[in-house]
Amino acid sequence: MIASSLLILGLFIFPMWNILLKAPQYPDGIGMDIWINKIVGTNPNDIQNINLMNHYVGMDPIPTEMAEFVVFPWVIGIMSAIGLGIGLIRKRKLFLVWFVIMSVLGGIGLYDFYSWEYKYGHNLNPRAPIKVPGQSYQPPVFGYKKILNFEAYSYPSTGAYFLFTGMFGSVVAYFVDKKEEEDDEA
Amino acid sequence: MKLTNYLTLFAVLFAIVGSACTQSNNNNGALGGSAAEKVYVAPGEQDEFYAFLSGGYSGNLTVYGLPSGRLLKEIPVFSQFPTSGYGYSEETQPLLNTSHGFIPWDDLHHPDISQTNGELDGRWIFANGNNTPRIARISLETFETQEIIEIPNSAGNHSSSFITENTEYVVAGTRFSVPVPQRDMSIDEYKSNFKGAVSFVEVNEETGHMDLSFQIMMPGFNYDLGHPGRGESHGWFFFTTYNTEEANTLLEVNASQNDKDFIAAINWKKAEEYIAQGKFTTMKTEYAHNVYDESTHTGTSTMKKEVRVLDPTELPGLVYFLPTPKSPHGVDVDPSGEYIVGAGKLSASLTVHSFSNMMEAIETENFEGEAYGIPILNYENIVAGVVESAGLGPLHTEFDGRGNAYTTFFISSEVVKWELGSWEVIDRKPTYYSVGHLMIPGGNSRKPFGKYVVAMNKITKDRYLPTGPEMEHSAQLYDISGEKMELLLDFPTHGEPHYAAGAPAELIAPRSKKFYELEENNHPYAVKSESETRVERDGKTVHVYMTTIRSHFAPDNIEGIKVGDVVYFHITNLEQDFDVPHGVAMIGANTSELLIMPGQTKTFRWDPDRVGVWPFYCTDFCSALHQEMQGYVRVSPANSNIGLSWSLDGE
Repeated sequence: MIASSLLILGLFIFPMWNILLKAPQYPDGIGMDIWINKIVGTNPNDIQNINLMNHYVGMDPIPTEMAEFVVFPWVIGIMSAIGLGIGLIRKRKLFLVWFVIMSVLGGIGLYDFYSWEYKYGHNLNPRAPIKVPGQSYQPPVFGYKKILNFEAYSYPSTGAYFLFTGMFGSVVAYFVDKKEEEDDEA
Repeated sequence: MKLTNYLTLFAVLFAIVGSACTQSNNNNGALGGSAAEKVYVAPGEQDEFYAFLSGGYSGNLTVYGLPSGRLLKEIPVFSQFPTSGYGYSEETQPLLNTSHGFIPWDDLHHPDISQTNGELDGRWIFANGNNTPRIARISLETFETQEIIEIPNSAGNHSSSFITENTEYVVAGTRFSVPVPQRDMSIDEYKSNFKGAVSFVEVNEETGHMDLSFQIMMPGFNYDLGHPGRGESHGWFFFTTYNTEEANTLLEVNASQNDKDFIAAINWKKAEEYIAQGKFTTMKTEYAHNVYDESTHTGTSTMKKEVRVLDPTELPGLVYFLPTPKSPHGVDVDPSGEYIVGAGKLSASLTVHSFSNMMEAIETENFEGEAYGIPILNYENIVAGVVESAGLGPLHTEFDGRGNAYTTFFISSEVVKWELGSWEVIDRKPTYYSVGHLMIPGGNSRKPFGKYVVAMNKITKDRYLPTGPEMEHSAQLYDISGEKMELLLDFPTHGEPHYAAGAPAELIAPRSKKFYELEENNHPYAVKSESETRVERDGKTVHVYMTTIRSHFAPDNIEGIKVGDVVYFHITNLEQDFDVPHGVAMIGANTSELLIMPGQTKTFRWDPDRVGVWPFYCTDFCSALHQEMQGYVRVSPANSNIGLSWSLDGE
């Protein structure tokens, strides 16, 4: 359980999600790494270049400031601290409670991600030079999507794997702890 | 005697023509199959080698891919180049400055890639300007000319720009001897009064910056070509001479009278000793040194005032003459450094001198005479072998690193493969037509990459669809990986390629720059964001600080310019992505357009000469809205009191 709490801190060291865009003009792809507190280019100038592409269809620039960038680190930090506490006092049932809360928070996070993407892809400047009727530019939350000349790939990144492993670890910890207790009783 | 000679020549000629015919017939079969596959670089694939071909009178250097023969780029060196604005932009005009003023052209002959320990290191390529003596250094990271140094006391900088095996020096030998210092004198007094300067330009190991270290003031012969010693012969430089007759008129006859001219062997390590000992004279002269700074994206020209001169007639051990038959043209040193191949261009044979024989003859002072106090070694003692009746009119030799040499023959129009040591001819293939230089990547280094040879021809005739009286020159690519050479490909070349240099792609491609970092742009007129763009007036001079990014200029509306102003447009390309240049052109500007790379700043001058509203636009199809990338400048009468204003989208 202690390991689980520490693993989710990996989100501070690695990006959570990655969106990669490929087009004939970008054979190596351009992309953005989504962290819990920022969005940066996969390569040094990718954000500028994505914004340059997007301004033609009237999309807003990728934000440098968002409420999420402040809230998420606190949430992860606090959950990690709580997890650590539960681990130390070794209250087994709380392991599951922690897992459930994390799952709910994770769900909220994903929904938040989706709603940001929706807004990012649908909120278009009416004065945009290129208007394609009925076209939105919302990237996929997970998986592949063709958006005009771009192929968009959206997948969890290293930080998310730390998160998943941490969360899964708390469930494992619950059963291991339970088994040990049963063995002791037997 | 003479008649017999002619008969022999004709016999050889017939033999060659005969064999050429049968071989070309044989080749046709091969061309259908394997040859095509060998040069086919599939769409999306890249070539195996870079080839840098001199452009001759184009003044520039062309970059080809091998084996496809595809033109990849033309690099402007000595000539103004509207394609990029080189030599037109305020930043690059200083590069073409000389002691004669701005000279927007030269005759580029002999590119040579920098070496370390005798092997290609792919950092820079040097090239000589033959007409107004100059040497240029081109970066192989940016493929841009970074430096040009003028060579004083010189004329017809032909035996240049060859480098020593650690790029210690790049050399410049004068083809035309001239009065030194220049003065008003009768041309008839040429003999023993004119001088031939051989210059050693030091290359800074870190920066590549060139500095004319010293000149050796040789007798008034014509210094034709040169190559450095390597391995054991490192420290020596070999130059061919012709016109040892010192004729000053009708040279085709008068300079072809001596049975042997010389290869001048110059001991430059000895020269360094003499310089250290102070045995030089400092001569007043004038020459330009032009340097392009990649961080400010700006070139500067400085006039240098003196040069250190060594007198070989007074300094023993500095120069020896190696008698070599029939006005030798090319002098090429094999990868081991032992063999010095002299191509007597009026003969049918090749003379190969031995470096160790030469050293022994020098030690035992086995001289057959002297010229102007410079010892002439005994031909019989230094010669290692002769490649007999190899062809007609030998010019240049390159090596494959497997013990073979490849020599071009201009008159008999062929490449001949022969073996070092046995001096036996192994194979010959016709060229189309009248080949000059040839090039094997690394073929003049210790480590040749002996897979292909490129033959560069002087005459094209029927090889391509006719294009009026003037045709591009033609090159042939041969596979030399086997015992026999195989003709693979013809491709047209731009200008007149003389020499070329080649290198494996993996030596150069990974270091090729993709764009300039905007953060590192130290151009004094650069702006790093649209918020910094502005227009400033200083008397009649107006500076426009402008930016480009897809797909607009900022600002794009300017008012308050007056007739008689001098307007400088300083344009910074804010893009930070590979291959997204923007261009700019202004109606009525007396310069060219500019092509500005991402992160770069370039400047052009405009002298508005009439009232009106004048558009400017982007010349490079940069994006889907490229056609919208334009702007206007309002020009008011000289006495107008309209103040400067500028805007983008009304802001």
